[in-house]
Amino acid sequence: MAEVILKNLSKSFGADVGVEDISMTIPDGAFVVLLGPTGAGKTTTLRLISGLEKADKGEVWIGGRNVATETPAQRDVAMVFQQYSLYPHLTVRDNLAFPLKSPILNTPADEIARKVAEVAEVLQISHKLDNKATALSGGEMQRVSIGRALVREPSIYLMDEPLSSLDAKLRTDLRVELKRIQANLGATLLYVTHDQIEAMTMATHVGVLNEGKLVQFGTPREIYENPNSLYVASRLGLPRINILPADVFGNVPAGTNQIGLRPENIAQGTGQDAEIKRIEHLGDQTRLHLNLQGHAITTIANPETTYTPGAQIKIAPKDPLCFDAAGNRIR
Amino acid sequence: MSSFSVTEPSTRSKWFAGTMVIIYALVTMVPLAWIMLTGFKSPSDAISYPPKVVFEPTLEGYVNLFTTRTRQTPEYLEANPPQTWYDEIVREYDMVIAGPSKFGERFLNSVIIGFGSTFLSIFLGTLAAYAFSRFKIPFADDLLFFILSTRMMPPIAVAIPIFLMYRQLGLSDTHLGMILLYTGVNISLAVWLLKGFIDEIPLEYEEAALIDGYTRFQAFYKVVLPQAATGIASTAIFCLIFAWNEYAFAVLLTSGTAQTAPPFIPTIIGVGGLDWPAVAAGATIFLLPVMIFTILLRKHLLRGITFGAVRK
Repeated sequence: MAEVILKNLSKSFGADVGVEDISMTIPDGAFVVLLGPTGAGKTTTLRLISGLEKADKGEVWIGGRNVATETPAQRDVAMVFQQYSLYPHLTVRDNLAFPLKSPILNTPADEIARKVAEVAEVLQISHKLDNKATALSGGEMQRVSIGRALVREPSIYLMDEPLSSLDAKLRTDLRVELKRIQANLGATLLYVTHDQIEAMTMATHVGVLNEGKLVQFGTPREIYENPNSLYVASRLGLPRINILPADVFGNVPAGTNQIGLRPENIAQGTGQDAEIKRIEHLGDQTRLHLNLQGHAITTIANPETTYTPGAQIKIAPKDPLCFDAAGNRIR
Repeated sequence: MSSFSVTEPSTRSKWFAGTMVIIYALVTMVPLAWIMLTGFKSPSDAISYPPKVVFEPTLEGYVNLFTTRTRQTPEYLEANPPQTWYDEIVREYDMVIAGPSKFGERFLNSVIIGFGSTFLSIFLGTLAAYAFSRFKIPFADDLLFFILSTRMMPPIAVAIPIFLMYRQLGLSDTHLGMILLYTGVNISLAVWLLKGFIDEIPLEYEEAALIDGYTRFQAFYKVVLPQAATGIASTAIFCLIFAWNEYAFAVLLTSGTAQTAPPFIPTIIGVGGLDWPAVAAGATIFLLPVMIFTILLRKHLLRGITFGAVRK
């Protein structure tokens, strides 16, 4: 387990920017989630840390060493690939044992057997150990791929959307399990995902990437409650944050171009008139889709409320987030 | 009314396809069967007209293939009764066996040169193909084209320069010379075929192995090689078939120590009568190794041919 520091890391692929000037400190034992759309540089960041890509500029420090000249094997990282990358000619058992048998670890056979059995148990794949890796479902492959990382105790675990192709129940189970394993081992973990629930529930830190740049780094709460830009604000939150022109409600600081209103930050009963277009009952909450002067707004209401489509309600903002014309936060 | 299926052919088209395959098999198998049968005929049966399909089988051809014989006087034959069954066969022609023929040696030469050059082609070809497939090599496309261009004229077109070169270098009529020559001809095919197979193996497997604690070379032989096995097997068959059957260079460059079976077999035909059964027997034995090799690897070969099509 180790602290990982990225210093001004840049990497481009021809004319395409992979990542640009990323600096980040991943404390020992932290669970860092990278959020961002496709092409934001999340996977490139993982590959730069693992040594599969060579940085154009900048440094990677793992456990106090500058690893610029080290091979992936020497860096002592474990990685879960998005495409699983299980060795198709090996059984599940051999896939899991593969990193332990490497010349670097060279684990004794009885310890390999113990660790493989342990990991298979956690990931609920014990009954598949003797299958060929190709004879598995997508979800099973993904679990084996996670298992291949978990059998080791590396400086850092790198996981690229490891839960993306699992069904909802398994995903919830493994989310809890991964967090438990990470906390028990005190492991340092860098995790890429699109799923904001994964980000909010597992992370100690969240890094938001946009077009290769790290735009904000902080605790999940900070990122959610105190985003420093319009972009960060719209990455998190479900239903998504409502973005409205500054003059809809008025009473904003000078220079405000747009305001962001989380669905839960809209008070009902006072303020301006809005028309209810559609109502979604989700059980634990009710979502209202409103029309305010031609702007679509989503908010949430108590499940007990009995609105009907077409009705008028009054709404007012609570603590709106204000952004300038460039999308930066005005505090 | 029968339902239409896009995956299941109809009974009628299955019958049609089956019939066509059987006809094709017969057409290609008849010459082969004829050679094998001729090996068991007597010389007179072999040249009889109309050709005999039913005949009394004899091992004369095989005995003549593996032995040299001399004619003897009746007195000598009287004094030395035949010792073995093959002695008895040659006595019919007032001959005795003088010793083994060169066929065994020539056949062994074919095995050494054929398998040796196949091994070398595959060994070098796999490494080169891997490098072309995975690394950024300056002028890679030009180099690949150059490698292919070595096959753009028939190899025999350069027979004379090679003959002179080999004589100067002392490679004429040596095993090493023939192995190098056949490797040189096969390597372009091997590099191109194997590059295609290795291109199909996703890079992620090696990346996973690198991260799992292996070096590049360990990742190559632990992860890439097992997956390229299919491609390697089918390439090996193509290389072996060429080296095994090659005739022109073998005639030109070998005469004794390194002579392979193809130039040797026609010389068995003899000086007196035409000994077709012995030639047919030689051809039959000569066919066996490639046949066995291909049958052993046929699962890989079939997958190899369709490899690019099935895999994503």
